[in-house]
Amino acid sequence: MDTTILHMQDITKTFPGVKALDGVNLSVSKGEIHAICGENGAGKSTLMKVLSGVYPHGSYEGQIIFEGEELKASNIKDSEAQGIVIIHQELALVPYLSVAENIFLGNETARGGFIDWNETNHRAADLLARVGLDELPVTPVGQLGVGKQQLVEIAKALSKNVKLLILDEPTAALNDDDSEHLLNLLRGLREQGITSIIISHKLGEIEDIANTTTIIRDGQSIEALDMADPESNQNRIIRGMVGRELSSRYPERVPQIGDVVFEVQDWSVQHPVQQDRTVVEGANLEVRAGEIVGIAGLMGAGRTELAMSIFGHSYGRNITGTVKMDGKPVDTSTVGKAIKAGIAYVSEDRKKFGLNLIEDIRVNTTAAGLDKISSKGFVDGNKEIQIAEHYRKSMRIKTPNVMAKVGNLSGGNQQKVVLGKWLHTAPELLILDEPTRGIDVGAKYEIYTIINELAAAGKAVLVISSELPELLGICDRIYTLAYGRMTGQLPSSEATQERLMELMTIEKESTR
Amino acid sequence: MTITSELKDIFTKNLRTSGIYIAFVLIVVLFTILTNGLLLSPINITNIILQYSYVLILALGMILVIVAGHIDLSVGSLVALTGAVSAVIVIKGDLPWWVGMLAGIAVGALCGLWQGFWVAYVGIPAFIVTLAGMLLFRGLTYEVLSNVSLSPFPGEYGQIAGGFLNGLLGGNGFDLFTVIIGVIAVAGLFVSQWRNRAGRAKYGQSVESMAMFLAKNIISGIIILWFFWQIATSRGMPIVLIILAALILGYHVLTTKTVFGRHVYAIGGNLSAAKLSGVNVKKINMWIFINMGLLSGVAGVVFSSRSNGAQPGAGNMFELDAIAACFIGGASTTGGVGRVTGAIVGGLVMAVLSNGMQLMGVGASTQQIVKGVVLLLAVAFDIYNKRRAGAGN
Repeated sequence: MDTTILHMQDITKTFPGVKALDGVNLSVSKGEIHAICGENGAGKSTLMKVLSGVYPHGSYEGQIIFEGEELKASNIKDSEAQGIVIIHQELALVPYLSVAENIFLGNETARGGFIDWNETNHRAADLLARVGLDELPVTPVGQLGVGKQQLVEIAKALSKNVKLLILDEPTAALNDDDSEHLLNLLRGLREQGITSIIISHKLGEIEDIANTTTIIRDGQSIEALDMADPESNQNRIIRGMVGRELSSRYPERVPQIGDVVFEVQDWSVQHPVQQDRTVVEGANLEVRAGEIVGIAGLMGAGRTELAMSIFGHSYGRNITGTVKMDGKPVDTSTVGKAIKAGIAYVSEDRKKFGLNLIEDIRVNTTAAGLDKISSKGFVDGNKEIQIAEHYRKSMRIKTPNVMAKVGNLSGGNQQKVVLGKWLHTAPELLILDEPTRGIDVGAKYEIYTIINELAAAGKAVLVISSELPELLGICDRIYTLAYGRMTGQLPSSEATQERLMELMTIEKESTR
Repeated sequence: MTITSELKDIFTKNLRTSGIYIAFVLIVVLFTILTNGLLLSPINITNIILQYSYVLILALGMILVIVAGHIDLSVGSLVALTGAVSAVIVIKGDLPWWVGMLAGIAVGALCGLWQGFWVAYVGIPAFIVTLAGMLLFRGLTYEVLSNVSLSPFPGEYGQIAGGFLNGLLGGNGFDLFTVIIGVIAVAGLFVSQWRNRAGRAKYGQSVESMAMFLAKNIISGIIILWFFWQIATSRGMPIVLIILAALILGYHVLTTKTVFGRHVYAIGGNLSAAKLSGVNVKKINMWIFINMGLLSGVAGVVFSSRSNGAQPGAGNMFELDAIAACFIGGASTTGGVGRVTGAIVGGLVMAVLSNGMQLMGVGASTQQIVKGVVLLLAVAFDIYNKRRAGAGN
């Protein structure tokens, strides 16, 4: 008897300039919990979007066989009609509507356009009992915590007669109790014959719950591990996830490391909205002059949150801890003060946080350091052009002049404009958050060269990146961050991807 | 680049910025023909300035508000309130004209401070804050005036909007002073354009060809000289034109040359990026509204001076004229884009439309319909151009 419920065959998905998936194969047996593991950007989410119809049939190559028939979904509704339901990392609930209304949103129990509220709430109550959520169907979803909202999502999936449930990082935002409850629920659903696919970075969880684990790396399916095999432990998964060789994609550099320039002591940050959720907990780090230091961490570990909270308290609340520059404590409570203290932060999302896309290179280059080219409130226009020209040339930004609109530049050139903008503020410390995200390989090499030049000029550089090879390739020392806590630091000479991944996946003691 | 390809660019690639100027010229030509030349007669030109100066003054403040991504619906009510305060002080209080003027402007700035506080520090959208202000200031106007109109102002106050500088330097059949101001204006324009061009060339930036540069400046120079000649042969230099010119120049410099101006554009262009670049967004927003209030005060004084009194219902719908001027002048509805020169030309388009139709004896209802359609078409044109530019890249 064929027990395979889903077979995805040779799935290839191309975006302009990038091959996100390259001949991926995935086989899921009926009634199992199937985990998918891979680094950030390996292609896990893209694969699930192909499966759930977010990317319609025809926009990818390959075949999907679901319950013995080829699936040709042109949207999410089609795949849901077949019983495939995806629950995204960012929950898709309407906070002002009740639990029952959310469960049946788009699928209302109605007669002639009028909603039958008794039937709706009655059916919702049944579903809530099935997922073990002790709340009234009329409670607004916004009043529930994230864990309970996750259960509402699952109840919503059950209301659609789900056969294959896909969960993208379901426990990333949950505390330990809620995670445990969710995992037990998945076990219960397995007994009822519902197949689940779970994407997770929490390898401990996967070890506990999954029957099979498929590993995806660089858009390709590497292997499928049978988790019943005692060999298939966390280390085995990590090896599969990071198994690529380091090539000479990084420029040579001889580090010249000086005194400590930048120190952070006992830094804690709470989530801006969610009560009692600590995003960064007691972090300590230091960076020396001429040193390139990396921060490695999985998505949701608190990397960007740490950086942005240091830089002008731009993230979070109840921020505590000390920042020191050259040994002296400095106030970084506003962006202006942080800049004055000699800190620059290059955001991971240059379009949203880094650039004014409707303006030209000139205006963007000087946006953070206008005081340097102005006197008595007046901008020296000639000096401004001079400075923008200087960075255009030294950064090798490919445009004829600095009057080009930034929105029309390529990703790599935009990133160079952002770097130029922050260099113009003459910082002692540069925090680079995902400096090569969305940039092609050639431009990446140029960005690395610029980073090396900065270090050679005696600047302290802190690099946050999801790409471990990148950190190993350019950093002198790497800190690891997991669930908001610093879990270790390694000199690059001693660091390996496996070693880093182990440190990045250390959970709090209470979990195990 | 050759001058022909540059000329072509004006009507194709750069249509988004040059469109408003082309439209203005077309409207002026149209109404000159329809009114048999009456539109451009010396007396009518002077009239247009006297009659619509308040809209232009308000547009100067509104362009900052709109570029920063806000809106201000309260300026009409604030014009009424500041005019009323001024009138009470001068007419009832029997104090000198300048006390009334300064008090009106101060009240305007204070009301701007009030609105700026709610927008910048409490975080209420400007639409709501100024909608409340619209009601609030209108109500206060009725209170200040005790529900009745106040008039007339003593002579000097009326000079602010109705006075002329004539015969300062003499002249035979024309006012020499006005002509000299005109010549200075043309010389100033040419020198500043020349320096700008030289500065850009020095740093290796692309500049327009010398032929294009000269053609542009000579045409502008002739138009300006002709304009001043018309005024000089009428009643001389209107005082309000001097005020207006100084304000336009000042705000042009503020938006293009100062750190403050840069920050306003940065906030409107990308708020998150501005915050992360160290822009003190709250402070800038606060000053934008204080400035809008202050200019409403100036407009209130000018308007009450022109109408020679204060009415509780004054300034009705002025906010919409000012907002329309900005959008017709190419400001973006999502913020970050807009120029002082554009807003002024936008305001002049509205002024010429109204004045031209009045000269033709078109009814008030038709005038409103035409203005509404023009506003809609102007913004539609802008969106169309933006899309075309986006597709081209």
